[in-house]
Amino acid sequence: MTLTGAGVSPGAGHGPAYILTASVPEPPEDSAHTGDADAEKERALAALRQVAGELEARAARLDRPDDHASGGAGREGANILRAQALMATDPGLAVGVEALVDEGVAAPRAVFSAFAKYRDVLAGAGGYLAERVADLDDVRDRAIAVLTGHPLPGVPAEPAPPAEPGGAPRPYVLVARDLAPADTALLSRDVVAAFVTERGGPTSHTAILARAMGVPAVVGCAGATAIPPGTTVLVDGSSGEVRPDPPAEELARVAGVEGARRAALARAGESGATRDGHPVPLLANIGGPQDLDAALRHGAEGVGLYRTEFLFLGRRHAPAAEEQERAYRAALAAFPGRTVVVRALDAGADKPLAFLPPPGAEPNPALGERGLRLLRRFEDVLDAQLGALARAAASETAELQVMAPMVATAEEAAWFARACRARGLARAGVMVEVPAAALRAASLAAEVDFLSIGTNDLAQYAFAADRELGTLGDLQDPWQPALLDLVRLAAAGASETARPCGVCGEAAADPALACVLVGLGVTSLSMAAAALPAVRAGLGEHTLEQCREAAEAARSAAGPGEARAAARACLPALDRLGL
Amino acid sequence: MPERKVTVVADVGLHARPAATFVRAAAKAPMDVWIAKPGRDPVNAKSILQILALDVQQDEMVVIKAEGDGAEAVLDELASIAGSP
Repeated sequence: MTLTGAGVSPGAGHGPAYILTASVPEPPEDSAHTGDADAEKERALAALRQVAGELEARAARLDRPDDHASGGAGREGANILRAQALMATDPGLAVGVEALVDEGVAAPRAVFSAFAKYRDVLAGAGGYLAERVADLDDVRDRAIAVLTGHPLPGVPAEPAPPAEPGGAPRPYVLVARDLAPADTALLSRDVVAAFVTERGGPTSHTAILARAMGVPAVVGCAGATAIPPGTTVLVDGSSGEVRPDPPAEELARVAGVEGARRAALARAGESGATRDGHPVPLLANIGGPQDLDAALRHGAEGVGLYRTEFLFLGRRHAPAAEEQERAYRAALAAFPGRTVVVRALDAGADKPLAFLPPPGAEPNPALGERGLRLLRRFEDVLDAQLGALARAAASETAELQVMAPMVATAEEAAWFARACRARGLARAGVMVEVPAAALRAASLAAEVDFLSIGTNDLAQYAFAADRELGTLGDLQDPWQPALLDLVRLAAAGASETARPCGVCGEAAADPALACVLVGLGVTSLSMAAAALPAVRAGLGEHTLEQCREAAEAARSAAGPGEARAAARACLPALDRLGL
Repeated sequence: MPERKVTVVADVGLHARPAATFVRAAAKAPMDVWIAKPGRDPVNAKSILQILALDVQQDEMVVIKAEGDGAEAVLDELASIAGSP
């Protein structure tokens, strides 16, 4: 029986299923221990110590530089886990647990109730502290799982042992309802052969992280957690098929395709281009200097999206000019003579910055003062950032381009271009994330030097579907023909005014969709660095004409599934190469 | 009881990594160690949960107290951690 979901990270993987249990049940309120209070206390404290030890061990793995997708996320993850380990062995918590056991409460319930006291304090404080409640719950559930023998929540630390003596360890197929980023950030390809989740859409954390790691993934796959643990599962991250107990010849066929795929990746040339030589610069999305190594390693021809707000999340004050200048110069210095596109601070909605507060409560933050709207309110912050960018660019040979997020009108585009020019920045652009901007792309493009389409937000606003909601994943599917229509409009508008128009959303990371975007008139593609080789290989196997046919076929389709199938039928080399 | 007054300068206040570093160092001390906001009840400096709940923000002052052999050295170390960016 084959299950089907959305393939969101290409390639095929197989291995024994590792089913992540959804939650640890709350121990019954009236559970009492059998009488030996000292033994029961020791049992509870030993469980907490065991959890702390496991969290510390995982943090230590994150410190190894090649063990995760990005050095920054790795260190960040290690910090979170070490703080959680300290929570598990907290002396105040231990006192609480012991007091409850003395009253006759069984160890699992004592742990639950002792945590509840701190949980309430943190939740009541709101803001940053309330966000720590999830960390606390995770520690609590791990300890209760140890005590009750309930399967431990959390991802495997090691691959499965070899199937036969002397064989190789077998990475798991990780199956879950949904995956927390704190869990997935820890994983490496040695441990996980593929991800399968029941929830989530193409822009979910699982999808983004899987692409960054180069691990095949299928999301939105109903019924996946019913697969018995340990069953061999074959996952096709391109077609979205998930097959338990595949026949041996099917595994062999997939291995053959996977070999062809790896060979195609290895021989792809240095510069992005179609088979008939139409150049399409392939660029990397970065969140800070820590992502530059991966960008260079995967052959990025420059940076297509520098998300500067990630440098400053969690800051109370705007960062000093020198600190900004350093972070920008690092990216420019990594790509001498190439293009580096920096996005001005994109704060608000799901990425709040303390020093750029919205003017009041917003019932719909995604429709509120975010992006350029907020920067116009805090002109000094924007001006300081543009100044730091100009100084960083002065001593480097890379071509700096600066773009504004969340632009809706030509007036806004003109305002941002003036702000850039005032700082001596030669090339200013705007992102196309709002349908209004796509519809009037020519008038926006006339005010600036380039456009860059952010497909994730464009889908969110075109379909009125919150990108944070996994249940609306179908509407955020970048293969939705209406979204492709908007991309076509934006690219055509830019072309009318002889301006380049790139795509810097996750859509560019899908080798088939990348060809379609080029066929729609997009002039450059920017994506997570790990996706670059597959996109470069897929593009290099097809002519510009084939890309245009695929784009036309996709736009003529009724829905996203049909669009994808129709486009792939026009791009025959993708299946052959397992892309 | 010997004490140190120190202003927390880290952007995140005494949370996240600074809090973890602080608690880890305090936990090594052989004696009890206390931390408080001025004029308020002290909490156990070896407890990450109590320190988080204290909610010390950037630019706020804290008082750290400990007594016994080596207390001065312990306080010096903790004050320097709390006062680091």
